[in-house]
Amino acid sequence: MSSKLAISYRNVTKSFGPLRAVDDVSLDIAEGEFLAIVGGSGSGKTTLLRLANRLIEADGGTITVEGGDVQNVDPVALRRRIGYVFQSGGLFPHLSVADNIGITPKLLGQPTTDIAARVDELIELVRLDRASHRDRLPEALSGGQRQRVGVARALAAKPRIVLMDEPFGALDPLTRDALGDDYRSLHRSLGLTTVMITHDMTEAILLADRIAVMRSGKLLAQGTPSELSTSSDAYVLELLRTPRRQVERLNALLPQSGAA
Amino acid sequence: MSLLDDPRWGEALSHLPDYLGNHVRVSLAALALGLAVSLPLAIITRNRPAPRAILLALASIVQTVPGLALLALFYPLLLLTASVTLKWFGVSFSAFGFLPAMLALALYSMLPVLRNGITGLNGIDPALIEAAKGVGMTERQSLIIVELPLALPVMMAGIRTAAVWVIGTATLSTPIGQTSLGNYIFAGLQTQNWVFVLFGCFASALLALAVDQLLGLIESGLRHRSRLRAGLGAIGIAALVAATLVPTMGRSSSGYVVGAKTFAEQYVLSALLRDRLQAAGLSATARSGLGSSVIFEALKAGDIDLYIDYSGTLWANQLHRTDIKPRAELVADLKTALAKDNITLLGELGFENAYALVLPKKRADALGIRTIADLAAHASTLSIAGDYEFFSRPEWAALQKAYGLQFNAQRQMQPDFMYAAVASGEVDVIAGYTSDGLIAKYELVALDDPKQAIPPYDAILLLAPKRAGDERLKAALGPLLGKIDIATMREANLRASGNDANSSPDAVARWLWRKVGGR
Repeated sequence: MSSKLAISYRNVTKSFGPLRAVDDVSLDIAEGEFLAIVGGSGSGKTTLLRLANRLIEADGGTITVEGGDVQNVDPVALRRRIGYVFQSGGLFPHLSVADNIGITPKLLGQPTTDIAARVDELIELVRLDRASHRDRLPEALSGGQRQRVGVARALAAKPRIVLMDEPFGALDPLTRDALGDDYRSLHRSLGLTTVMITHDMTEAILLADRIAVMRSGKLLAQGTPSELSTSSDAYVLELLRTPRRQVERLNALLPQSGAA
Repeated sequence: MSLLDDPRWGEALSHLPDYLGNHVRVSLAALALGLAVSLPLAIITRNRPAPRAILLALASIVQTVPGLALLALFYPLLLLTASVTLKWFGVSFSAFGFLPAMLALALYSMLPVLRNGITGLNGIDPALIEAAKGVGMTERQSLIIVELPLALPVMMAGIRTAAVWVIGTATLSTPIGQTSLGNYIFAGLQTQNWVFVLFGCFASALLALAVDQLLGLIESGLRHRSRLRAGLGAIGIAALVAATLVPTMGRSSSGYVVGAKTFAEQYVLSALLRDRLQAAGLSATARSGLGSSVIFEALKAGDIDLYIDYSGTLWANQLHRTDIKPRAELVADLKTALAKDNITLLGELGFENAYALVLPKKRADALGIRTIADLAAHASTLSIAGDYEFFSRPEWAALQKAYGLQFNAQRQMQPDFMYAAVASGEVDVIAGYTSDGLIAKYELVALDDPKQAIPPYDAILLLAPKRAGDERLKAALGPLLGKIDIATMREANLRASGNDANSSPDAVARWLWRKVGGR
């Protein structure tokens, strides 16, 4: 790969007791790339993601972020420069939407007026309504709105890398689709590097440039969707079969959409 | 006369600023200390299961100790500490009243605060703590910005429980010398002044209820993130504290403090002493309801200036003597012994308040019992009741030994109820007090003690070491010495045991002075 690496895993391992959650994984993510990590529950995909910002510490191997070994960086500082979108939002229920979004800039000690301006900008960016949402508590928002706040919070300190842990998993299909598209365009316009975890191969194919497939802590395959389709691994092919079947059935049921 | 226009309500009300103020002061200090210790402990141990379990177990054990015992335990503990600090650092402090009460109550408040603190902090969704870490918070920032605010409603519920417990238990701090709403209850129980008992109960219940409701308002405000509700609750608490503390603030407690133990005779005599000092132009207050073991130490340490004790009590409890001497000789020996501690035995009042075995006169006549020796022959079929300390006192051992007494059953009873119990036949014999007016009222008889197994119990006036050379004080008290004979004291005690307006200790003390003042 010729372009610079945003994140690089080299022979990384992590065990929880007898369980090898991540087993000798090597994976490179280039700057500006949108990588989806796909796998079932317990495949180690979440662990792999959290190793990058040291929410979990690796047992062995090397992880570099923007060229530096994460072990040589203060983990708190590392997390402040990497955006993180949590499953079902992870919003602080006692803080308003604006305070949730502005939390990382506040931790970085940015002036409050700057934070306020940045919060307004982000509310626009994730297509929320500034007047009606800014001072609300998270409990007053719908699931999709909460996840938009989660994305805005991750972007608040202008990170170049965003990690997303099944960000759209709990949403209804329409919201999920809209949010995925919106995020995809943010990823492109802001020049982000994004690593997204999902168990849904269709979502991965639609959003990501490249897909990494994990199973039982091992990295089975990685590549573009078309590269994956030539894989010889049975599990990878099994994962690809589902979206294929869906497309075939949809085409059969909705003939006019086939032209799109 | 109806219950409502009983003048004792007015008397009770006149004590309210003092009792309530002190009650709130000690409760507040105890709660503040309890919180200052428990909250950091809850925070430190929230992720450490082993120390957390030990801490909660200790707090639970403290909770199982009866409130009165816990309070009483702190007194000797502090006395010891005070003597150590005096020896090592040359500083001493009062082990009486506020300090032991506050420490014991603080200890009492810890369990609910700890338990709810830990529950609150551990009950937070782990995903939120992960999120706090993920957005770049340090552990400390996570605690302050996320965990504590989220745990606050649960913590507040614990604080609320602790506050109610402390306010309720603070009524028990009266016997260790801390003025509280318990003064009403202790004095009322001892002098059968039900107006005082009711007043004390209502006042402490109302205080606890008000604090509970206001803290509840804060709690619900925190739970529902309503600043208005939390603010109103906080203002209410502040107003309550100010209203109860301000009336007694800046009031100096200088002057003489007259101590009194926890029974009617002592309440009357302390009121009498106080009145005599005030009549002589000395400012004086009575500190009543002090435990029997606390009061002597309090005098020795100068926390109270004077009180009435009984020669036999000090002979056994302070001098640890088991031999028995004639009245005058015993007082003389006691005087010499107390002088070593710089305590002045000013003199005898004239009457004795000794233990005596008492039973209804009719019953005694029917059984042909006139002395304890006669009683011994019947004892195996009879039951006996005594006050809380009698059966563990050396007199009881001496009596049993001298007469070979073996009763069928023995029970402990509140002294005021003993006489009615023996009169009604609920028990056969009681260990009563010779000066008690109820002996005459219920037509009881005190049995002779031919072998003189029970030591003499002359009422004696004691002065604290710092008052040893106080001639004005001695002059003011002089007219009481030798003036109160047993018949007069019995009548005074009978009046005090009544249940009407003239039966308050103050009223009886005035009657007593009218009776003996001219002698």
